[in-house]
Amino acid sequence: MIYQGKKKIWADYQKEIPDDHWFYVRSCIRQNFFPGSEFMFLEICKNVLGKDFFETEHHTTCGGIAYHCDTIPQETVMTIVARQFALMTEAGYENYVASCITSFGNYLEILQTWEEFPELETKIRELLWKSCRREFKKPKYIAHASDLIFKYRNEIAEKARFRLVNRKTGEPLKVVEHIGCHYAKMFPSKGVGGAEYPYVLCGMIESWGGNVIDYPERRHCCGYGFRQYHVKANRGYSLSNTYKKFESMEPYHPDMIITNCPGCPYFLDRWQYVISEMEGKTYGENGYGIPVFTYEEVAGLVLGYDPWDLGLQLHQVAVEPLLDKIGIEYSPEEKYKGLDKKDILRPELPGILKCC
Amino acid sequence: MMDFGFRISPSSAVNMDDVDFELFERLCEIEPDARKCMACGSCSATCPASAFSGMSLRKVLHCLQRGKEKEAVRMLRNCMLCGKCTMVCPRGINTRHLILSICKIYKED
Repeated sequence: MIYQGKKKIWADYQKEIPDDHWFYVRSCIRQNFFPGSEFMFLEICKNVLGKDFFETEHHTTCGGIAYHCDTIPQETVMTIVARQFALMTEAGYENYVASCITSFGNYLEILQTWEEFPELETKIRELLWKSCRREFKKPKYIAHASDLIFKYRNEIAEKARFRLVNRKTGEPLKVVEHIGCHYAKMFPSKGVGGAEYPYVLCGMIESWGGNVIDYPERRHCCGYGFRQYHVKANRGYSLSNTYKKFESMEPYHPDMIITNCPGCPYFLDRWQYVISEMEGKTYGENGYGIPVFTYEEVAGLVLGYDPWDLGLQLHQVAVEPLLDKIGIEYSPEEKYKGLDKKDILRPELPGILKCC
Repeated sequence: MMDFGFRISPSSAVNMDDVDFELFERLCEIEPDARKCMACGSCSATCPASAFSGMSLRKVLHCLQRGKEKEAVRMLRNCMLCGKCTMVCPRGINTRHLILSICKIYKED
């Protein structure tokens, strides 16, 4: 599709995102996989941009993983979500922002179900009252955290210390953007740019100086897909999905991948090691892989935060070649030092995939 | 190479530009019903041979339209021409005759 055509589609799918006062809920798995991401989101929104974000330690999972693994019924998920909405109501907020793509899709699906089956909403209100004596108001607006970084992208660009540009050649970096399936594939009108050509990450990349790569399997799933990965017998299917994506993007020589989903960066990152061990193949330059980032990590990098404070040492694929390309300073000695400067131990190096 | 207990599946991608549709077009000339199939799978569900041989007329037509002729013909070897698929086809396709025509065009006895 020609670029002007995409611009038109993107213009049809723009969202009016409220500017301030958000109730923030974290993801179940992101804090384990990429622990710097959610910290950096709050750091940027609260301290760099001065916005009002509230989070509570009382919120739980949204139940999305169990729901998509077919282990709990939808009414249970709805009651869990109703409790989250009750926490938001009690805190005095009306705008709800989720860190996780699956949670975002889950909330939208549940609100749409209540719209079409109001008797179900009444039932869930009763269940919530019986189980924990809480009541809730439905949020006025539900956003994914990447929607907000998209909204603030130009403010971030103004404050940025670095741009997604090769320091030596002056060329924009070639960036692959990967959007989580539950972001807009279920409800295209709720995602920035719709389902076919989501603009949420493209907007960030363009504002921060990079060049977006269009490749054949761009909208393909990363391969996580819950039941594909969680059932070991299906795990080859998960890996094959990722392999297909990498084979498709390889001819375009991407410098980095940016994602906005909890599972995608994990699988695009870790499966590169598995593919290298199985097929003896690596996709980056000189035997390295293609580094995979969350959008908060990239926002943190362009704003000049220390890469090791962003948790980039927990990535499987080495990020140092990319940091060198952009010109971001880092200390190799500090890589495996914790916040208290104690050694957090070094991982064993893989056989084929080159790491620093 | 390391054994993780699972493997990468071979690619099932078909490059349609490389597929020769000459035989399929000839089939459609003498059996226009071949294009009427909506792949509902009723024929496969009722096929007494499918459970133990993998025979599926739905898959056969699918394979022929993707240039996998050998696979299609291999499946048809298990057909007993009982005609149950003809009785259940919601599009009224004479599947028994269609199978015979496929065998004739793709040179299978």
